[in-house]
This record gives sequence, C-alpha cells and structure tokens, in this order.
Amino acid sequence: MKYISNLLAAFVLVTFISCADATSADPAQTVSAEPDKTAGGQEAVKDNDSEKDVVKVAVASKDHTTLVTALQKADLVTALSNAGPFTVFAPTNEAFAKLPAGTLDELMKDSKKEDLRNILQYHVTLGVLKPESFSNGQTLGMVNGDNVTVGVKDGKVILNNSVHVVASVPASNGIIYVVDNVLLPPAK
Amino acid sequence: MKNLKQAFFTLASLLVLYMVACKPKNAGNAVTGDAAAKAYVAPGKYDDFYNFVSGGFSGQMSVYGLPSGRLLRVIPVFSVDPEKGYGFSEETKPMLNTSHGFVPWDDLHHEDLSQTDGKIDGRWIFANANNTPRVARVDLTTFHTAEIIELPNSAGNHSSPFITDNTEYVVAGTRFSVPPDNVNGDVPINSYKKNFKGTISFISVDKVTGAMNIAFQLRCPGVNFDLSHSGKEKSSGWFFFSCYNTEQANTLLEVNASQRDKDFIMAVNWKKAEEYLRAGKGEKQSVRYVHNVYNEKTHSATSEIKTEVIVLDTKTLKDICYFIPCPKSPHGCDVDPTGEYIVGSGKLAALIPVFSFTKLMTAINNKDFIGDYDGIPVVKYESALYGEVKKPGLGPLHTEFDGKGNGYTTMFVSSEVVKWNIKDLKVVDRQPTFYSPGHLCIPGGDTRSPNPKYLIVYNKITKDRYLPTGPELAQSAQIFDITGEKMQLILDFPTIGEPHYAQAVASDVIKNSSVKFYKLEENTHPFVSKGEGDSKVIRKGNRVDIYITAIRSHFSPDNIEGIKMGDEVYWHVTNLEQDWDVPHGFAIKGALTGELLIMPGETQTLKWVPEKTGMYPFYCTDFCSALHQEMSGYVRVSPKDSNTPLLFNTGKNLPPNDSTIVKN
Repeated sequence: MKYISNLLAAFVLVTFISCADATSADPAQTVSAEPDKTAGGQEAVKDNDSEKDVVKVAVASKDHTTLVTALQKADLVTALSNAGPFTVFAPTNEAFAKLPAGTLDELMKDSKKEDLRNILQYHVTLGVLKPESFSNGQTLGMVNGDNVTVGVKDGKVILNNSVHVVASVPASNGIIYVVDNVLLPPAK
Repeated sequence: MKNLKQAFFTLASLLVLYMVACKPKNAGNAVTGDAAAKAYVAPGKYDDFYNFVSGGFSGQMSVYGLPSGRLLRVIPVFSVDPEKGYGFSEETKPMLNTSHGFVPWDDLHHEDLSQTDGKIDGRWIFANANNTPRVARVDLTTFHTAEIIELPNSAGNHSSPFITDNTEYVVAGTRFSVPPDNVNGDVPINSYKKNFKGTISFISVDKVTGAMNIAFQLRCPGVNFDLSHSGKEKSSGWFFFSCYNTEQANTLLEVNASQRDKDFIMAVNWKKAEEYLRAGKGEKQSVRYVHNVYNEKTHSATSEIKTEVIVLDTKTLKDICYFIPCPKSPHGCDVDPTGEYIVGSGKLAALIPVFSFTKLMTAINNKDFIGDYDGIPVVKYESALYGEVKKPGLGPLHTEFDGKGNGYTTMFVSSEVVKWNIKDLKVVDRQPTFYSPGHLCIPGGDTRSPNPKYLIVYNKITKDRYLPTGPELAQSAQIFDITGEKMQLILDFPTIGEPHYAQAVASDVIKNSSVKFYKLEENTHPFVSKGEGDSKVIRKGNRVDIYITAIRSHFSPDNIEGIKMGDEVYWHVTNLEQDWDVPHGFAIKGALTGELLIMPGETQTLKWVPEKTGMYPFYCTDFCSALHQEMSGYVRVSPKDSNTPLLFNTGKNLPPNDSTIVKN
C-alpha cells in the first residue's frame, strides 16, 4: 500500500514538473501574467454537474470508442463541445469495423487528417433534429458541405439508403443518433 | 483490495488530468511572453483607443479603453438607467417614447461610427434597437444619446445601423418581415408568403447637426434581413444586406429556414433609389412613428409623432435591388476597405464566399441572371463570385479587415478567429477564442481606412474563463495584437449585457472634443435657476415647481415647507458648477423613480408625488466634495387641508429661540 502511495506521489511530481516545463520556458518569469496556453476549449471546462454534451455522451458510450478516438485525432472535440446545437450521427465501433480492411488505419494517419475530418464532419449537421422532424426524401446539409438524404420507412430512419438510425440520445448541445454504418461523403 | 482499486482509479484520473492540462493545443496557440506588457496601461495613462461595445440585452452602449479593457462609461441608449436618471427624469422620458408608448428596455446589437470620406470622424455613433425597431444617435462630445427615431413597417431591426461611407444614410433592415403598417396585420401567420414584407429604411443624416430623417423605405420580399455593410470607394452608392429564411418559413425556423443550399446577399443601388425618389416614384404611405430629439440647450427631449413615409417598391422599380446567392443562411455581410470584395458568412456553410463588385456589375449589365426571386433578379453565383475561402473553420459569422489585404473571420462553432488573405483566399493564421465568438472589431475595420493594431473578439460563452458567478457568467471580449503575421491573444475582459458588434477608434479622434461642462449662460431650460437668487418654489393649484440649485456643498433651497398631500411636485435641479467632472446627484426618500444625475450647467427634473405626510430628506448622491455628506435638505409634507405656509430658503430657517444650545 505504501508502495502505491509513493508511486502516486512520484507521479504527481512528474506531472507537475512536466507541466511546468511545457508552460514556461523560464520558471522565474511570472507565468500568471500570460494567457494560459495549455487551456483547451470548452471540452476542458471542469463541470460534472451539467447535462453532458455530445462529446461527453460519446465518451461515456462503450460502443463509440472508435468514434471518440477519431474525433480527437481530427481535432473536432473542441467544436463539438461548443454551444452547437448539433445533430450527430454516431457510427458504432461495429460500424467502423465494417469499413474495408485497412480503411480506418489509413484514415488515422497524420497525412489523412483532412479526409478524416471530412468524413466526421459529414456526420454532423447544425440544429437539433428531433426524431419526428425527419421526413422521407429530406435533404440535410452537413457540416462538411455535402448533403445527406433521409429516408423514412415504417417509422425507421435510413440515411443515404444504407445507414440505419438505431437509437437516439439527447445531449445538452444537441442530439446523437446512433447509426450502424459510416456515412461516406459523395466522391468528388 | 478496494484501496488498491481506488489508488489505481486516482492514478487513472490523474493521467486524464495530465492529458487535459498539458495537452498541447495547436501550434498557433503559442504565445510569446509579452502579452501582459502589451495590454498594460500604467495608472494615470490614457488608453490609445476607445472601444464602443454594444450592450446587447442591456439596451445600452459601453465604452472601454484599449488595450487595457478598462470600462470607462456605460451610455444609456434604449433602456432606462436609474443611475443616470435616464428615462426617469422628465427631460429624458421622451427619449424612450415610441408609437407603442414609453418603452423602458430594448436590445442594442450594432453600432457604427460616423465617417467623413470613409474615415471615422468621431462625431457620432449610431446604434440599433432590435426589439422595438429604432435607431439612436449618440453625440461623442457629450457621450449622451442625442436622438432616437422609430422605424415603421419594421420588426426586429437587426441589419442596422450601418452607414454609408460619408454618413449620408444610416440603414435599417427588418429581421422579421411583417405585414406593412398600413394594412391589417390581423392575418393568419401561415400566410407569410402572401402578406409579409421585408422593409429597408434609409435614414438620412444631416451633415452638420446629425439630425436623422427617414428619407425613404424599400419594400422588399418577405425574408429575414440579417446584417449589412455599405459599399465604399468603387462600390460607393451600393449597400449589401445578408438575407436568410429565403424559404419564407413562419415556424420552426431552425429547421425550416435552413432548407435551401443558398440564401442571398441583396445588393442595393441606393443612388438609383434616390433617382426614383426624385422622379416621384415613391408611394406616400400612412404610418405612425415617433422621433425623439434631445436639445442640449434646453437639456430636454421632445417627441414628435410622424405619420408618413415614402416607400419605393423594389419589385416594380427593377434596378434598385439584386440578389446574389450566398451559401447557407448568411449572417455577416462585410465589405473590404477597397470596396471590391463583399464577404458573406454563411453560418452553416463550410466555406466563405467572397464576391467581386466588378464581376457583380458586369453580371448585372449583362443580365447574367438565373431567374428572379419575388420579382428581384438573382445574379448567377459564379458570375459574382471572386472565390471561396475553403475550410476556414466551422460556423463563419463576421469579417473585419486590416487594410493590408487580410480578412479576419470569427468561427462560432469551432471557436476561433481566422485570418485569411483576400487575394489568394488562403488561411494565414487561426487562433482559438474562448468560447464561441460572435462579432469582432478592428479599429476602422469596416471603413476605407482601418487602423489595424488590435482585433477584439466578442464571445458568447465564457464558461471557466472567469470566477464563477452562479448560472450566468461574465460576457467577454478578447484582445488580439494583430501587428504581426500571427494574431496574439493579450487580454480577456468582461463586458456588460451581451456584446454584439463594436467599433473602435484612436483616442485622438474623440478625446479632444469631449465636453467638460454645459455653459450655464446657454441653458434655456424653462425651469432653470441660473444662480441661487433664482431658486424658488411656485405653486399653481396642486402643481408645485421647485427651482433648486446645487453647488458644492449645498442645495438652495434646502428647507421647504407647505407641500401638501395631493401635490405633484417637480424638482428642477440646476447644477451651478462650471467645472469638469462635478455632477451632483439628487434623491428624495420614497420617490418611486430613479435619482437625478445632473451634469455641471444642466437642469434636470424629478417628479415626486408624496404618499404620506411627514418629513422627507433629500441629498446629493454623487460624492462632490469634502462636505458632500452635508449636502442635503428637508421637505415637509402636510395634510391636504393644512394651512402650513409655503416656505423655502437655505441657512435662514432657524429655531425661534436658539433652543439647541443648552445654557448653564
């Protein structure tokens, strides 16, 4: 037990030191007189009381770990933590797994960041679309600039004829629809 | 075991904390070590710039110094201000009159400083009332609201009060289209497409006095006019308005007004409109609106009801208006200093279109139209387009310019400000803002002559930027130094109400003409007392006029008797001081109103109807001297049928026998 405490203490110390190193080249300088350059966006706001935003909802879902990793990789966490409001179509881990072998790995490469952003932004539209506001043949303008076509059959929502909405989860800054496939932007 | 688990949990949390706290943001976020020095203005030193910031739902305008972010003044414009007696004194009450009656509050969104030949001249600043449509003019020698004009045929005066580059006109466009005032508005809401119209007002501004007058209105299709900016240089004579809800939805706009891929920028040839006006093509329309003017000699406002406006129909008078398609509910509509480039910021768009005035003119001359929208020609998008800024960020809202070939656009959704080059449309720099920026401002950044030292971004949400203050947190502005290639964040400062658009100008343009006091000999207020010898109390029936003076450190009179229940008492307080920064305040116990704050040389009136008999102290509220606490008086209120004689004096109302002194 004591060993663990020591480990903890050491860890805190290391964290502290590495933080200090990262924030101030000259520790003698008054760091507090400068903007906090390590501050993130709204995703870094410490608030465990308020209703969760779309990012926090996704983070809390064990079925969306791939999506969360991808959002982080694509630098979209800040944007999706903001006021929105967003409608997010959230592919499950299984949905990502259905992509042709190697696709996801390829997209996660630094060199493919813009492609990843484009795909992820194709899953977001501004505004809160309630389940009842979908209609057959409706066109949704997505954040990446492309459109998604909505189909409604027997009360079920299908996007671009291939992506099925399987659940909806409300969030503080929008709504998440869990989908069973990844939406692929039209080829240019 | 449980402890062990806990320990691991703590370790995991720490790891997360570490990642959050030390997560390197993008490289552009790096700041150099001189931010504090750049924002620091030493005690006793003036700021270099005035920053006039809209107060949003406070209805007021605030004045800050830059780069310190120090709040210098809140100017009451559209909301009552008990602190300054604005809307409470008899003299200022008329300023808030409208055709609906006395309106004590509004929502002030935008401002524009007056210009001469495309340069800020420091004379006036205009402001819009968003709710009950009005435009105000604030005099920058006194920092007082000088004039407010109401707008008929309008609702939601949002695309206002933008001015032409020689302050010929201030414009006002309706955010909410409505049935015009001269027809029955009692129609089904879902008859929007048939019955609702958009109206744009051109308010002329007198070159010498600044006096406003609605020169003409343009009747336009029923859409939502959002923002606007004047053409300049080569595009002088034109005005540009962003329009959304071209779907003409009347319900659930968040969905129904976002259906079309493109809405419009409306280009207005106002020189052509003037020609039609001169040729008698306008229709006289019977309306009712109120025009309020504050007179600095009488120190009083007057309200005038006006009953007619001239309307030009843009559907039949073909060559006034043209629509340019603009992606996805454009918000900001900004014109660069050369007047060649018109930037529409589609808040739902993934790009920023930049239109060319030259190409637009060619397209109009060649009738390069794709059709019309409710009778207005629609120019082909590509024919007016100079180019698009690709992937600038998410949710572009507003653009200002540095006059060095760059535009700066706020991105609401991705919380950043993006600098881009107008010629090659490439992004030069992006910096995070905290959080969700709305408008931005560069001194002169919407004129021909920007003064690009600072960029100020006005943010909608601050979350953890300041100490928590309950559910609502401080509204915020952020100053960036933009003298280098990269923008550098140097200061956050909180603002009043909600900041929307703002203006900034070098302090030299304004500070030297600032009025220090009002000359007493020029005071023509009907109830002025030009000296203590003029002070008196006059009864006419149950109306009592008290001519009272204030000077360090007493009122004259300061003892008043003979006021009776049922009286309407008017305290006409004249501040006899002829010295800078020596206002006196006036307040009386139980008054169901605000205080008076009387500038040196000014007369202001507080109406008071005593509610019960007894003794009422009054006093100076603005600490004026070492004997400020002594600056007070008493007024005695007697029953209606009493025969207490009228008495008023200062220093004379002594006890019959000096009974306060106990003799041994």
